[in-house]
Amino acid sequence: MKLTKTVIISRKAYQSVPRRLLLKNARIIDPSRDVDMRGDIVIQDGVITQVGQVNEAAFEGRIIDLTGKVVSPGWMDMHTHLREPGREDEETIESGMLAAANGGFTTVCCMPNTQPPIDTQEIIQYIKDRSRNALVDVHPIAAITKGREGKELTEILELVEQGAVAISDDGSPVMSAEMMRRALEYSRMVDVPVIGHEEDITMTEGGDINEGYTSTCLGLGGIPTVAEDIMVARDIMLAEYTGARFHVAHLSSGKSVELVRQAKAKGIRVTAEATPHHFSLTEEAVRSFDTNTKMNPPLRTEADRRALLEGLKDGTIEVIATDHAPHSWEEKEAEYQRAPFGIIGLETALGVSLTHLYHTGVLTLVQIIEKFAVNPYRILNLPIPGIQPDVPANLTVFDPEAEWQVKEERFLSKSSNSPFIGHRLKGKPFLVINNHQLFFSTL
Amino acid sequence: MRLDRKHLLGMDGVTREEITTILNTARSFREILERPIKRVPTLQGKTVVNLFFEPSTRTRISFELAEKRLSADIINFTAAASSVKKGETLIDTVRNIEAMKIDMVVVRHSSPGAPHLLTRVVDANVINAGDGGHEHPTQALLDMMTIREKLGRLQDITVALVGDISHSRVAMSNIYGLRTMGARVLVCGPSTLIPKDIERLGVEVYYNVDEVIPQADVLNILRLQLERQRQGLFPSLREYHNYFGITRERLEKATRTLLIMHPGPMNRGVEISSDVADSEHSVILEQVTYGVAVRMAVLYLLAGGKSEIN
Repeated sequence: MKLTKTVIISRKAYQSVPRRLLLKNARIIDPSRDVDMRGDIVIQDGVITQVGQVNEAAFEGRIIDLTGKVVSPGWMDMHTHLREPGREDEETIESGMLAAANGGFTTVCCMPNTQPPIDTQEIIQYIKDRSRNALVDVHPIAAITKGREGKELTEILELVEQGAVAISDDGSPVMSAEMMRRALEYSRMVDVPVIGHEEDITMTEGGDINEGYTSTCLGLGGIPTVAEDIMVARDIMLAEYTGARFHVAHLSSGKSVELVRQAKAKGIRVTAEATPHHFSLTEEAVRSFDTNTKMNPPLRTEADRRALLEGLKDGTIEVIATDHAPHSWEEKEAEYQRAPFGIIGLETALGVSLTHLYHTGVLTLVQIIEKFAVNPYRILNLPIPGIQPDVPANLTVFDPEAEWQVKEERFLSKSSNSPFIGHRLKGKPFLVINNHQLFFSTL
Repeated sequence: MRLDRKHLLGMDGVTREEITTILNTARSFREILERPIKRVPTLQGKTVVNLFFEPSTRTRISFELAEKRLSADIINFTAAASSVKKGETLIDTVRNIEAMKIDMVVVRHSSPGAPHLLTRVVDANVINAGDGGHEHPTQALLDMMTIREKLGRLQDITVALVGDISHSRVAMSNIYGLRTMGARVLVCGPSTLIPKDIERLGVEVYYNVDEVIPQADVLNILRLQLERQRQGLFPSLREYHNYFGITRERLEKATRTLLIMHPGPMNRGVEISSDVADSEHSVILEQVTYGVAVRMAVLYLLAGGKSEIN
């Protein structure tokens, strides 16, 4: 336990990509082009010029040997909370981008529950200005309703035109079915997904953790899975009725996974994401009363966790997203009931995913890369970064076999509210390249 | 026997041997409480802080008396008179108090896990005097002591906990302790006040109190908090009393001499009728007496004492 966190935030951490760069001896995986090969990549002036076997001796420029490492298209976290504007003490756009790069991400989509929320063109513009010329691309997700209050639609057409890639009131559900119906209908015009935080808050008031055996033992307030299931079921029906695109944020209930599976089988336009903490931890972790196990939706049971793994495996859940939610030490180091919901995830997502999905045989590396580096772009109508000549280099490089221990002092996020501190993980970010810049992970 | 632990945060995980040690020690202290001079020098020079962030009368007084009987120096801290109201965090409050070099902390707090949080920031021994709906270990110990003194054992007896099980730290601590000691435990109350998956703790669930009474050796009647009605968890006090209230009429279904217990404070005429509370079967006031002895035992043992005392 520490009182203060020393964060070294410096633009100097980024390097510009050398004019000529050779990535040597890598395993190159590009699922959208069916590529999985061993070879080299030449990057010139930030653009990939050659993929294949390159004669090192004849190459002039910087060479990075990537023996044992994997190069994939740049990873995206489509569910990040950057606390700027409003809570810059917890995260800024700059520190969030650093944390993303450190964790192997080249793109993040930031959720609108800032102060003020992302419900006007000005805030979209502010975020774009603050993230301009950075290694990490930041795409804002705009609020569905003004002030995220669930009462009036935001100017969705204009917000999307300004750069919003989706709409969501994340952190809060849209409790009115009528409002959600209109949001889905309206969003159809620009074909962006409506991302749902699925929680019937009339059932979760006073809740801290999953309702069940653990909440009974600990005397903490319960958040039942059925409060999630009811909203997932409702919004699937609304998506079917309106024909709009609906994306379920942070699935945590096994029953909800089944609802999404059935909806997909019926051809309803629904997609879904799960977080690394929900597929790797269970409510058992709460027994420590460590407030870094408190997030919404809460950690569920082993049966729910297994259902998430099944959903990831059969493609019901096509995206892994972090729900990176920085909170200050002061707020988290409190009584469990008083501590805010949320944990950071950008810097542990890769390690946790490889440890709990790849090294356990649940998913192949190709499947994991699809869930981070292909499907999120597809869902948000963004171009999928490719590893092929004549496209700008947007790459994530990681070592799938590297073992490491998660250390709080290595995080570049301004906050360190992670339940994975001290965990040993297998699979580690190594390097990201994007927008002519390059960053070596310091984890 | 010594107690090989630094804190008493709950009955979950406390072994049979530990419980036996505490109860045997408490019995010795009980004898001291009968002497003309009721004070022993056991904790002389030790400072105990009673940190009460939630209103409490009997638990606070019981601890305070136990500490005085053991000759400890005492600081009382109640939320009403404290800097908590000025916005100070729990951690800062406790750090400040610890900086005054205290040895033991007795803490009552409305949030489950608050005593566990304290153990991470202070060096003192921490005793949980009730944390929200989680645990209240010294209450369970005094309940078990009362049963053992009256019935001679805990193994194989049947204890029924009746009332609001969902929000009851007393129920939880009793369940852990009694199950560890080999008792059969029944819980009975409206289905909306029985928490999910409680069967997994090895208890049997009943919704009809008339089925419970003939099987029980002990009825431990829990306090019904009136705010639960507003939360929609039961429809009216009238219906609650008619279906779950323990009345003399109902006790006629008992097949053996029943011990009637209540952790207090009672709502007479709601969960328990006055003629039951004041009946010859009621050991409610003895619970209070044993409470002091049990708390003396816990304080003494956590401070490093052995179970043989003089």
